[in-house]
Amino acid sequence: MVASLIAGVARLVTGAVAVWLVPARGEHVRVYFANHSSHADFATIWAALPPDLRARTRPVAAADYWSAGALRRYLMAKVFHGVLIDRAGGGEAATAQMAGVLRGGDSLIMFPEGTRGDGRVIAPFRSGLYHLAVAVPEAELIPVLLVNLNRVLPKGESIPVPVIARLTFGAPIALEAGESKSVLLERARLAVMALDVRSKPTEPSPER
Amino acid sequence: MGNLSDPILQQLLGGIFGALALGTIVGQILKRRARSPGARETVANMNQRIMSWWVMCVVFGVAVLTGGIASIVLFALLSFFALREFITLIDTGGGDHRALLIAFFIALPAQYVLVAVGWYGLFSILIPVYAFLLIPGVLAIIGDTRDFLRRTATIQWGLAVCVYSISHAPALLLLDVPADYRGREALLLFWLVLVVQLSDVLQYVFGKLFGRHKIAPRVSPNKTWEGFFGGVTCATLIGAALYWATPFGPLEAAGMALLVALAGFLGGLVMAAIKRDRGVKDYGELIPGHGGVLDRIDSLTFAAPVFFHVTRFFY
Repeated sequence: MVASLIAGVARLVTGAVAVWLVPARGEHVRVYFANHSSHADFATIWAALPPDLRARTRPVAAADYWSAGALRRYLMAKVFHGVLIDRAGGGEAATAQMAGVLRGGDSLIMFPEGTRGDGRVIAPFRSGLYHLAVAVPEAELIPVLLVNLNRVLPKGESIPVPVIARLTFGAPIALEAGESKSVLLERARLAVMALDVRSKPTEPSPER
Repeated sequence: MGNLSDPILQQLLGGIFGALALGTIVGQILKRRARSPGARETVANMNQRIMSWWVMCVVFGVAVLTGGIASIVLFALLSFFALREFITLIDTGGGDHRALLIAFFIALPAQYVLVAVGWYGLFSILIPVYAFLLIPGVLAIIGDTRDFLRRTATIQWGLAVCVYSISHAPALLLLDVPADYRGREALLLFWLVLVVQLSDVLQYVFGKLFGRHKIAPRVSPNKTWEGFFGGVTCATLIGAALYWATPFGPLEAAGMALLVALAGFLGGLVMAAIKRDRGVKDYGELIPGHGGVLDRIDSLTFAAPVFFHVTRFFY
């Protein structure tokens, strides 16, 4: 109940418009990977999923941040069922932990930039996504572009402004035979950026 | 305030829902008859709009019927959605966050509280004076000087259009009307919204049927002189025909309706110019077939303050 309440509030505050360029339900587990500019990011992605999938889609989050404070611990453990990664623990342990979740049949939400950006530039991706693609090849890697989340709740602010956010779920990408780590990661980053429709010119439309 | 036992309100509501029912029937007949893909698309869009009109009319009708506070809350919500669509469209950055919080969570509610308590003096200057000074002040304290003037001006303009202007519609309930009209102020609001929206719809219909000469093709390709004259003339006649719902005589009602339709036309054109500037088709996606809230009430943003002040001046 807390979960659907939070999902409702997240949708209300961000007014989020979700665009699905890929069916909302896939045949395999999924790794949703998105650009990161706000603390509201993963709640927004999570709230845009069909309710039954929400329970089986878990955000990957930093243990040091989300273990601080009772509320954060409660939200991560009981509501979002987050996969808490020990940032000091090294890549292999993290990959094994995430791969275990995928093999268990749950999907993941992750932010491969590793840290929140300013919302204008998408930073180079960290290697976790690549290692995960190698470890669980059947998982669908779904690029997600979040627009305006940095305006809803920028870094360092605590009260959100109700700017309308937009999130676009793109077609999955897959690790190709012999593809190197850096090539896949850059391709994944470009796949997120390619979902930006703002760069396309729009025609004057029929009057509303 | 509004009262369902008021025969005038009954007739107005009956007329509106009758027209919608007729529109729905015609829409369904056209749906069966449409052959070409283009015609089907037009009819589908029209039917979607009619459905949205049902929802909007029911919401508005219920708000007016249940009295003043409900109307004020409804318009406050419209302002909120409109401002959100407007701010989304402009480029605000992290440096604007605090100023936007003031706009959304202080200026907007305060403006409608002033309508609710009937404090006309502060209502008319809160945004043009205090918000006007406070917002650039806050932006300056935050210290981001990049595009300072543009950011200040756009936030202020959004507040003026989406909150200040729109709040003049429910503020009609505050007007000191002639004694024999007292208690029926809600009808004035009803009449304004009806004339503005009919003018929009009729300009669209006349434009579709007879439109040849475009008024401002770069701003709005669907606004034509034929649509303009047809829509404004019809809205003026309908507004005059409904004079019995207003404190005006028939000729005065015609003049008011003409004024409101002209102001509404300008509002629609200006709001369309902003959309073109920002490279979007609609302000939002909230109302199926219509776009966003601001797409639907663009005309009202200009018509409401003009109507409010002219009515206040003459009556």
